[in-house]
This record gives sequence, C-alpha cells and structure tokens, in this order.
Amino acid sequence: MSTDKTSTNAQKTDAQKTNVQKTKVEKTSAAKQDAPAVENPEAAAAAVTAVDPRLLVREQGLAGYVGEFKRKMRAGELGSIPVVVGLIIICVVFQSLNSAFLSAENLSNITITMVGTGMISVGIVFVLLLGEIDLSVGSVSGASSALAAVLAVNQGLPEWLAILAAIAFGAVIGALHGFFFAVLGAPAFAVTLAGLLFWLGFMLQTLGENGTINLDSDGLIGQLTTYNFSDIAAAYGLAAVVTAIFFLTGFLGNRRREAAGVPSRPMSDLILRTALLAVVSFAAAFMYNQYKGLPLATVIFLVFLVGTDFLLRRTAYGRKVFALGGSVEASRRAGINVTAIRISVFAISGGFAAMGGLFLASKIASANQSAGTGDLLMNAIAAAVIGGTSLFGGRGRTWNALLGVMVIVSIQYGLQLESIAEPVKYMITAGVLLTTVVIDSVTRKTQKTAGRA
Amino acid sequence: MTRAPVRHHAPPAPRVTSPAKLVRGAGRNYPPTFLHNLPPGQAAKEMVHVSATPVLALRGVSKRFGAVQALTDVTLEIHAGEVVALVGDNGAGKSTLVKTIAGVHPIDEGVIEWEGKAVSVNKPQDAQSLGIATVYQDLALCDNIDVVGNLFLGRELKKFGVLDEVEMERRARDLLTTLSIRIPSVRIPIASLSGGQRQTVAIARSMLGEPKLVILDEPTAALGVEQTAQVLDLVERLRERGHAVILISHNMADVKAVADKVAVLRLGRNNGVFEVKSTSQEEIISAITGATDNAVTRRAARTNAEVKK
Repeated sequence: MSTDKTSTNAQKTDAQKTNVQKTKVEKTSAAKQDAPAVENPEAAAAAVTAVDPRLLVREQGLAGYVGEFKRKMRAGELGSIPVVVGLIIICVVFQSLNSAFLSAENLSNITITMVGTGMISVGIVFVLLLGEIDLSVGSVSGASSALAAVLAVNQGLPEWLAILAAIAFGAVIGALHGFFFAVLGAPAFAVTLAGLLFWLGFMLQTLGENGTINLDSDGLIGQLTTYNFSDIAAAYGLAAVVTAIFFLTGFLGNRRREAAGVPSRPMSDLILRTALLAVVSFAAAFMYNQYKGLPLATVIFLVFLVGTDFLLRRTAYGRKVFALGGSVEASRRAGINVTAIRISVFAISGGFAAMGGLFLASKIASANQSAGTGDLLMNAIAAAVIGGTSLFGGRGRTWNALLGVMVIVSIQYGLQLESIAEPVKYMITAGVLLTTVVIDSVTRKTQKTAGRA
Repeated sequence: MTRAPVRHHAPPAPRVTSPAKLVRGAGRNYPPTFLHNLPPGQAAKEMVHVSATPVLALRGVSKRFGAVQALTDVTLEIHAGEVVALVGDNGAGKSTLVKTIAGVHPIDEGVIEWEGKAVSVNKPQDAQSLGIATVYQDLALCDNIDVVGNLFLGRELKKFGVLDEVEMERRARDLLTTLSIRIPSVRIPIASLSGGQRQTVAIARSMLGEPKLVILDEPTAALGVEQTAQVLDLVERLRERGHAVILISHNMADVKAVADKVAVLRLGRNNGVFEVKSTSQEEIISAITGATDNAVTRRAARTNAEVKK
C-alpha cells in the first residue's frame, strides 16, 4: 500500500514536471515565432552569433580580411593559392627566357591547346571527388575520337551526329566501368586499368590497317579548335556578361540571405570579387583581340566549367557526390543511392574523356594511333591534382582542372619556345606534379592540426 | 508553420476513450475522475498507452550473419508517444535489431509491421519513407560537408531543381536554436566539431524529417554531463510530441530517467519487456545478464516453494 502511495506521489511530481516543461517549451516556441517578424535583422543576427563565444567572428572591413587570410594560411587552407603563385612564377621565368611567351599568339594557343586535356581533367575531378581514380580516360578519349572519325569520314555520317555518338560512346564506356566498380565491387583502379588496355586495343582495331583517318579541317570537328570569334565585341561582350552575371547572382543571393536573417557577405566583399573577375576577364578578352579573337574551344571549355561547377555545388546531385567522397556509409544511411551515383560519375568521366578526345583530334585534324597514349592520362590526372583537387576524395572544384591544365600546358609551351627536348619536359612536369602533391599532403597535415580535415 | 517543423507540433490531443478504459488508469488507487483533473500533457501521456495499433511491431524477426545467428525470433512493439529502451549486453543484438528496422540489414525471417500493416524494409530509403529516423552509434555524418549540408543530406531543399541554401541554412539555425544546440557556425565542416557537437548534430538531423519513430543508438555514450542532459530532454520532447522512440543505452540511469518500457535482449533473443515504473534496476540488470535463470536462482526458487509449503 505504501509503495503504491509513493508511486502516486511520483506520478504527481512527474505530472508537474512535464507541465512546467511544457509551458517552457511553449514559451520559447512563442518567442521564436515572433522572431522573424521583428524588423531588426542586425539585432537578430547579433543574438544568433552570441550563441557560442568561442567562435572567431571576422572583424568588419579590410582588417578583418587580412586577419582571416592569415588565419586560413596558418590553418593550411591554401585553396588555389599555390597554383596561382605557380602560374605567376612560370610566367615570370619563361618571359625572362623568351619574350614571346606572354605574347597574345602564344597565350591564345596555350588556352586552345589546354582544352583537350582540360576536358578530360574535368571528368577526373568528378572521379577524384569520390576518392576513386579513372585510369582509362586516355584510351577512352582515343577510342571515342577514332569512332567519331570512322563515322564521319568512312561512314559519311554528319559530323554533329558523329560527335554526339562519340560522346555517348564515352559515357557508356564510363558507365560500364562504373558498373564493374559499383555493382560488382571490383576496385576502380583495376577496372579502369583493364579499360586502359582494352580501349587502346579497340581504338587500334577501329582505325584499321591504315592507322590514321584524316578529318576535314573545315568540318565541325576541325573547326572546334580553329574557329575564332574575330569580332572584338565577342570577347569584350562575353567578359562583360560574365562579370554582370557574377555580380547580379552575388547581389541577389545576399539580398535573399539578408531577408531570411542568415549571415551574408558584406557588400565590399562582393565588389572586390567582381572587380577581380572583371580585371581577369577583360584582360583575357583584350589579349584574345590582339591575336585572332575569342577562340571557340575556350568558350566551350568555360561553358562546361561553369556548368559542372553549378552541378557540383548547387544541385542535390553534386551534394551527393561530395557526400560519397566524405563517407560512403553515411551517404548510404542518408538514403543516397550509392550505386547510381558511382555509375553516373564514371559515365561523366567517360563523356568528358570523349569530348577531350574530340578536341585533341581536332587540334591535329586527324584520328591516329597515338591518340590518347603517351603522357595524356598522366597530364589529365596531374592537372586535377595540381589545381587543388584532393586525391583522398570529397574536396575539389572543376575550376581546379582549368588552373592545373594551364600550369601543365604553359610549361610545355614555354619549354617548346626554348626548344627543350621531350625527355626534359617529362621530368619538369613530373617535378611540378610531385611538388603539388607534397603541398597537398603537407597542408592536409596542417589542416588536421587546425581541425579542418 | 512549415518553416521549422520541429517545434510547431503541439503535444497530441488527449484521446477520448471509453470509461471502461479510463478505469485502467484507476488501477493505481485513485478514483476514475482523477484523470480528468490532470494537466492535458499528462493525460495524453497516460492515454497513449491505450492506443491500439503499435507504430512499429516486430514479430518473430530473425537475422543471421554467416555462422552467427544474431537475432532469433525477436518480438518488439512500440506505440506512439512511448519511449522504449532497448538494453542488453555487448553482442546481445541491439545494434543489429536497430539496423534491421532502419533497413541497413534486411531481415531473414519474421514480419515488420508498420501501423498494423506488414511492410518490407530492405533499404535505408524504405525506412526513411515510412517515417523512421535513426541516429547511429558510429555517427553517420560526412566530415567534408558543413553542418547545414549534413542536416539536409539526402533530403535537400530545392527550388527549381537548385539547392535552396538560404532556406536550408535558416531552418538549420532555427532547429539548432530550438534544440539549444551550441555549435560555432552552421557553415563549418563537421570535421571541425567535437564529438559531442557531432552527436547533437546527428540527433538534430534525425528530427528534421518529422519522423514517427526515432531510433537512438547509444546517443549519450560519448557525451558530457550537460550534453547528456540535453539529449535526454530531447527524448522527452520527442515523446511529448507523440513520436515513438527506441533508445539503446547501457546507462541504467538514463533508461530509468526517460523510458516507459525496457525491452531486454539476451544473446539475440527477447528476455522480457518491463514497465520502468514498476521494475527495479536489479530486475532489469538480472534480465540483461541472464542471472534470472541459473543454478542459484533455480535453487532459490525451489527453497521458497518448499518454505511456503
């Protein structure tokens, strides 16, 4: 009987407790509901930032920027700074050796030549984001260009159809590699190594005994790397449009964030970034107009870079790719279809390899037996890594491919101007690659100690 | 209403039940009218136990890994607004059971019933779409993605097919403030957070989808005193809002503090379901360790019987 009473008492106190708790909860929720209606975003933001006193809040103005920059450097968050510094060093060294290096003609040629390797490298960035590797891209690019040449020249198909067929072919090959990796569980390294050999053989078989199929240099494929928008308005117009879009999206995004009471970047930050972009893009436009005008290849490359960057950072698909690079098990438990994402990423890699192959074939106006061999694969992977994509997955942007391939092709052109032989080129490129990987590993260590990796 | 789903749900309205069922509450020595004097929240708490169909029911579930029979003929029922603690020794099959419910490991035999209907849960997506949210012991978060991205991973908010970062960030901040979770910023990668902070993020994430059943696999194992208290508060808030909760814990104090029922697993089998209020900690522990059924207890039982004679 007595125990019964105590239990009743306990129940009562329980009841009171829950009652008190409930009113508390209701109060806070009522206060919360009022919050968005308050016409004082600054105070609201201040209230939210007061959540944790340990958080390092950036000071306002320029001092804040310098402080944050220093902190990031110390924490090893270098981003693309090593590559940009590297590019500047390359320009200074080669310009001092040969004044033709920074000429409009040379720079224009560099930006056209880099598109082929760059396209392949964009696909590699996707695969590296998963923490995997695709060794077959070189052979796939060669096989796709051979297929396009056979379809267009030998079979007489329209060139646009041959291009589409080649890209689809590359994507299907990639998906096939992805299938072996994602569904059957074979290591991507081994699957794509087999692919490297198989598609090389396939290309040689397709090209037949002759070994070379010459492309019509005035055809669509030929024009890919030879066409230039010679009207100076084209280059300047593109630069203006890009700058304007960048500013507008940034501005509207900031306005939305302010309206929603979420912290946003200060206006000065946006203006600084826009100014930087404007300087770079108008300088490039000016450079192109000194020579033949804006090259079509570069425009296509930029379109794909913007598109893939958007895909990776602004869509649910991209978020899933990054998630898989971070933790496969976490992604699986979050309901992400791991197999489908893996297959699709390898398909993207194959598709970009095919596109790169077409640009490379266009550059030499033929599909031949040496396509996709030699240092192409290594350069494509090196470009992604040099640009700052982590080999360990989950970190990187497709813009890295642009920066990395710029470094590699600039070195090649610079050495060519000095008429330095091929073997030395290989060794120097290898040195650059090793340096970047070392920088990557060292900064990762620093990041770990700074709690950022 | 749609902005921060978590805090807008009032406690479930007291169910109108027949007088005959009300008498059930009178089993503890107070008159039947007593319930009507209770504050609404408490009345609801009493009533939910009456709800007929369990949210989730496992019937005869078995799971084998190679030569190991991890689960044998396990039965479990969870009702809405009820916290069921799942306890057992290491290797008793708690985590395996949770993973079968969450769809990580499909079951070999038996039936999983969701709100009275048999369902098959073969993928994590199946469980998610039913309304089961799981917080795993080994935190399922992506280190390289920021807090907002992790909270919304797998159910991103989109606007014209594009991620709606602003809305996600706003909701994330609202959610974390409501749950009084303190982290430096919602835009830093998970890698920069401490273990306890990661745990709170993981729990917050499970609550985003307004689940009907929340499974917490040792949520307080790696937490400090204050964070443990916060997590237990969270569990109580979940119950008040009518969610069903399965709580795995080795900490009897935690279990006694928040659970309504304790289901004991031993060597992959059911070893009793106890009402927390009417069971002592010793009884639960002996069920966990199997001390109820050994030579000593059997002899004790025999001696008692003889004495009574």
